[in-house]
This record gives sequence, C-alpha cells and structure tokens, in this order.
Amino acid sequence: MSTLSIAQRTPVNFYVPVSAAAGAFAGLLVGTSQGSTIIGVLAGAVILAVLAFGATTLLAERPARWGILAAFGLAGLLIGALPGLIVGLMFGWFFGWFIFWLFEGRYRVGLPPYLTMGQVLWHYTFRVICGAIFVFLITPILVVLPLSFNAQDFFTFTPEMLAFDPAGYSLKHYRDFLTNDAWQDALRNSLLIAPMATLLSVSFGTLAAIGLSQPHVPFQRVIMAVLISPMIVPLIISAAGMYFFYSRIGLQGTYMGVVLAHAALGIPFVIITVTATLVGFDQSLTRAAANMGANPVTTFFRVQMPLILPGVISGGLFAFITSFDEVVVVLFVGSAGQKTLPWQMFTGLREQISPTILAVATILVVISIGLLTVVELLRRRSERLRGMSPG
Amino acid sequence: MTDATQHSGPMLAADGTPLKRSLARALRMQKIRALMLIAPLLIFVLVTFILPIADMLFRSVENQIVRDTLPKTVIALQDWDPASGAAPGEPVFAALAQDMKIAVEAKSHTRLGSRLNYEFTGAASLFRKSGRKVKRMDLDTDAPFKETFIDIDKKWGEPEIWKTIKRYSPAYTNGYFLNSVDMRKGADGAEARPENQRIYIKLFGRTMVMSMVITISCILLGYPVAWILANLPMRQANLLMILVLLPFWTSLLVRTSAWKVMLQQQGVINDTLVWLGLVADDARLIMINNQFGTIVAMTHILLPFMILPLYSVMQTIPPTYLRAAKSLGANNWTAFWRVYFPQSVPGIGAGSILVFILSIGYYITPEIVGGTKGVFISNRIAYHISSSLNWGLAAALGTILLAVVLLLYWCYDKVVGIDNVKLGG
Repeated sequence: MSTLSIAQRTPVNFYVPVSAAAGAFAGLLVGTSQGSTIIGVLAGAVILAVLAFGATTLLAERPARWGILAAFGLAGLLIGALPGLIVGLMFGWFFGWFIFWLFEGRYRVGLPPYLTMGQVLWHYTFRVICGAIFVFLITPILVVLPLSFNAQDFFTFTPEMLAFDPAGYSLKHYRDFLTNDAWQDALRNSLLIAPMATLLSVSFGTLAAIGLSQPHVPFQRVIMAVLISPMIVPLIISAAGMYFFYSRIGLQGTYMGVVLAHAALGIPFVIITVTATLVGFDQSLTRAAANMGANPVTTFFRVQMPLILPGVISGGLFAFITSFDEVVVVLFVGSAGQKTLPWQMFTGLREQISPTILAVATILVVISIGLLTVVELLRRRSERLRGMSPG
Repeated sequence: MTDATQHSGPMLAADGTPLKRSLARALRMQKIRALMLIAPLLIFVLVTFILPIADMLFRSVENQIVRDTLPKTVIALQDWDPASGAAPGEPVFAALAQDMKIAVEAKSHTRLGSRLNYEFTGAASLFRKSGRKVKRMDLDTDAPFKETFIDIDKKWGEPEIWKTIKRYSPAYTNGYFLNSVDMRKGADGAEARPENQRIYIKLFGRTMVMSMVITISCILLGYPVAWILANLPMRQANLLMILVLLPFWTSLLVRTSAWKVMLQQQGVINDTLVWLGLVADDARLIMINNQFGTIVAMTHILLPFMILPLYSVMQTIPPTYLRAAKSLGANNWTAFWRVYFPQSVPGIGAGSILVFILSIGYYITPEIVGGTKGVFISNRIAYHISSSLNWGLAAALGTILLAVVLLLYWCYDKVVGIDNVKLGG
C-alpha cells in the first residue's frame, strides 16, 4: 500500500448528480415524515444539486460549509423547533462535508489508485453496511441511557424528552432504586454473593491452574474437560441439576447454595485465563527461587504470584461478572431471601413494573465500561511483563 | 568415552540408587504434586456441579414412587393380565386398601396421584378422593374392598388405571423420555401420542430452526464486521473493537431490557417509524412476543461470540493474498470467494458452533421477548420445574438437550479444539 491516490477535483457532471441523489434520499425521509414523499424527493434533489454547484463555484470551502450548516439549521428550526434544529444541523454538517468530499475527490485518498469507479463505490458501500451493523450492536445500549432519566413511568421517549424540555427529565428512577427496599435488598444480596463466589473460584481455580500447567499431569484432558464443563453445559440444565441435587441435600434456597453454584459457574473462566497466563510463565524462575533457599510457599507468593497476578485478577473479574450477572441458576437454587439484582430485573421485566430497571441498567452499563477498561489494562500489562521475562 | 566403558552396571544417581528408578520416582512425585494442587478444585466441581448433573440424569429414569407408595399392590398386580379387559380381583384391592391406609397416614397418596396424573388424566383427583374415604375405612371389617373402591369411584372398576399402575411399577422407567419425544407407554411398548398432544418434537424442532436462523444472521452480520476489524489499521480497529466488546460485557438483562424497550409497540423503533411516516400510528408493527423478537434480540446478544473467533482467524490471513489474486486477473468476487473465504471458513465454523450451542440452551431472552410462539425448549424445562412440578419430564428434556450440546461440543473440539476458547479478544 505504498502508492496511494491523491485528491483530484472531480468534474461537475460527477459531484452534482451524486449530491442530488443523496439529497433525494434525505428528502425521501423528511418528505415522508412531513406528509409528501414525492415533493420531498424532488425538493431534496434540487436543493442539493443547487447547493453543490453554488457552493463549489462561488465560495471557498470553509465559508461554504458554515453557510450550509447554518441554512439547514435554520430550516430545521422552522420545521420542528429545537429537535428540528438539531436534526437540521446534523444534515447541514453532513451535506457540507459530503459535497466537498466529492468535489475535491477526497474519497480516493487512502485507496489504491488502480481501483475502478465501481470498486470505490463498493468500498464505501461496504463501510456503510459495517457502520449499520455497529449501530445495531451499540444502539440498544445507548437507547437505555437517556430513557433512564425519563420523568414519566414509560419505557419510551415522551414528547417532552424529544423537545429537550428539562421537565421531561428527572432522576426519580435513580431515587427509586436507591430508596426502594426490594431493589436495595437485591443489590445487597448481589454484593454478598458475588464476592464470596469469586473468592472461592479464584482461590481453588488458581491452585488448580498451576497444577494443570505442570509438565506431567495424568489425565490432563479429562480433568480439563470436567473443570470447563460448567461453561459448556447450558445454564438451564445446570440450574435444573443444581435445583434437584441441592434440594436433596438441603442447600436449595440458602445463601451457601447460591454461592457454591455461582463459584462452580465462575471456575472455567478463572482456569482459562490463569492457564493462559501461565503459558508465558518461565518455570525456571521457581527453580531459581528454590535454588536460593525459598520454600514452595514463599516461591509462590514472592515469585510466581506477582507475575501471574494480572491473569488471576482478570479471571476473578470474569468470575465476578458471571456471578453478578447470573439469573437462571439463582432463580432455581435461590429463594426469595437470595433475590439478586438480575433476578429483580427479570421479574421487573416480566411484570413490567417501572423504568427503575432502566436506571439499574444504566448503572450496570457504566460498571461494565469500567470493568472492560480494567481488564484491557491488565491484559496490556500482562503482555508487557511477558515480553520482559526471559524465554 | 572412557567413562562409559568403565561403568558396566546401571547408571547411578548421587545417592546410589539406579538413575532410572530415581528419575521415575521424581516423575511420580511431580505427578502427585500436580494432582494435589488440582484435587481441591476437582472435588469442588464434582460436588457442586457434576453430581447435580448426574442427579438430573438419574431423575430422568427414576420412578420409585409407585412401588414405594403401593408396595403390596404392585406385588399383587403381578398376577393380573392387563389384556383380560377387566379390573383385577379382590386380593389386589385388599392390597390397595392396606397400602392406601399407610399412604394416607404419610400423606404420600396425593404425590403418587399427581405422578400418575402425568400418564393418566384424572389419577390425581381419583387418589385424592379415595384417600379421604380410605381414611374412614376399617381394614378388618370393610371387606370386600373391590366393591368399596368401585363405590368410591367407578374408575377403579375399569382396567385403565390398573394398567397405568402396573406399567409404572418398575423402579426405573423410560416413560419420561417417551413423553419428551411425544410418545407414551402403551399396551405393547411405545406408541405415539394423539396428534393434539404432541408438543415436544415441535418445540425441539423450533428450538433447532430458530437457533439455526440466529446462527445464520450472526454469520451475515458478523462477517463484514470481523473483516473490517481485521483489515483496518490497528488503532482504528481497536477503537471499533470497543463497540463489539461493550455489548459483550454488558449485563444480559440490560441488553434484554434494551430490546424490550426498542421492540415493543410503543417502543423506540415503532415510534421512529411512525415519526418518519413509514408506518401508520394505528398499524404499529408487532415485533415483540413472537419469533421475530427472539431472533433479533438473540442475534444481537450472541453476535460478539461470532465476531471474536472470526476476527482472530481473519487476522492470520495475509492481505497480500487478495492482491495477488487480483493481480492474476481475478475480479473482486472471485478473489474473495476463491481465495479469502476458504481461509476464513475455520472462523465461521468456530463461531457458528459456539453461537448455536449457546442459543439452543437460552432461557432468559426468549422468556422475556419470546411470548408464546418464540420460546425454546429450555423455557419448557423451567416450566416443568417450577410450575407443573413434573421434575422427571424436566430432567428427561434436559438430558436430551444436554446430549445435543455435548455432541455439538465434540464437533467443536474436532473443528477448533476446546483449548482455543478465547475470552473477549
């Protein structure tokens, strides 16, 4: 990819019709929402064609783009007040950029010069498709955030919210979450269960991972399969089995039972991440420590543990998330006394009680962004450490 | 050279034992140490997880309730010929009276009634009714019992209930499994249930078909994304990766509630469509509580599981191959289809099996957005555990599902290897 094309101005009979087509498409949407599709399409095409020709021949790029932005903003304001202004500004910014992107031939920059017109078109169509898929991935999560500030008890945007009226927004669902006993009990249960389960699975899991990464382990594949199985078996089956078995031995409906069940579900994640970290661990370091007189316990805590700590922590985070986010097993193994946050959300969704769920969801999204950052930082640190260790 | 010729005996370690034995001992010690480290966890997983699964497998065939509750009756029934077309004789009824007397004391007759009710509709009320009367019965004076029982309920005089008791008297039964494939134990072995009672085959079929649709949509949506992630410069790809990982890390309940918000009739998508004028206000689309809702929500939830393996495979495909193909005269499509695609097939395989396995066992999302038409077999299992209390049938359905999943995992192991399971990029 050494020789890339440079921007070259395009002829009028290229950029004006393309701009007009884009305008027609935008006009289709605006026109339909305003009542007349055909007028919208025609007006859009004409406006964009005129704008494209006028802006490129009469003005320099910067004033032209500001002008287009302002014009569209004003038009939006006239049609639909404050929300209209925002939509108008978005359209204005896009078309200003789009016209000059076409006119200056910037769309060719960064692409191999030998591409045909069709290939360039496909390149950008493909980008647009991918963009749409990313929108599909992220929109549901983004939609929840503003809705959690809804002043009404609705699961949808109210007219006040769309008009950016401050009266349409409130923190009442957050207040409800913080003061409602049911939600607070659920939060407390989640915070009691998840750390205990994490502690159990991390301590047992790290030991076992160290054992598994020794050079000569009999039945390694079978043991690995057994230890990974909680991740493989569908949750509903684990839940059913645990429900049957734990009610036989009197653990069903107890705090202990839920902790044990969640610890079992978290173990595969600890095993996988810690064994992956141990692959990069230099076994001669433990021999060196032993050589200098350290006993196995000292060796483990002073030499091995600090080096594999990132793996252990990210395994622990996975286990924590598994327990914190788990609902199927706790539904069956737990009883009303062990109602966790996801369980409370689940019942809320089934009976559709209040948008407090959305407030909780927003808090959880923020937490998961935080955890994602932590895991990513740990992974980088681990890779750096691995790069430093010899071998 | 001289050393080797001097020692004719076996090589010795420092402490004088033969080197071979010494090494073997060291190896054994190493193995024992490794096993000791693994043992606590292995025992933990066996007790908290493997035993419950085994218990479920056991429950799917276990059927001791009939012979435990009616021990004498079961023995007395051995001489009765179901083909005779008549109710058994007085000895059987006498045995039944004795058994019922004990069962009523222990209040276990209603449980037996509801157990037999799964196979013979009306058994629950029959046992409850008879239990009340048996309580007042005097075993020594009230003979003959046959008339007494038939007086309580005419069903005792018909052979059907006796056939059911006799059929389910062994300690183990395949009845639950037959039930879960829409069959039942008939006079001579298994027979199909009547047309209107067949639900499980259909449900298994629907679970499979919908999982397949979800998997295919994941391939269609995941492939372009994985491609662009693998072909963009590192910095941009990492930024876009966040958009894939954020949904992956967000709570399942959050994503499911988001889809409920999006899809419902007064929801965001419908509102947008109405605002754009594409849909009339009184003709809002019904996108939730049906199969469409389940498929869309689950495709979104499982998409990262498709993108991540695809991405890791595509990263290893050199971009020069495509350029080489094009310089040799292939057009875009040929270059992709004949050169790039075959190399990405392992990623598609890994992602598809993963998504398929995850989706056939899903419970939460179909329960919330699936309504009645969009539910999976797992919802039925949950129903039998918590509502209908037919645990044996739930266990049998679970066992079949487990068998399917394990079979698929075996395939997964053959295609990619279980060790290659990766978490979040």
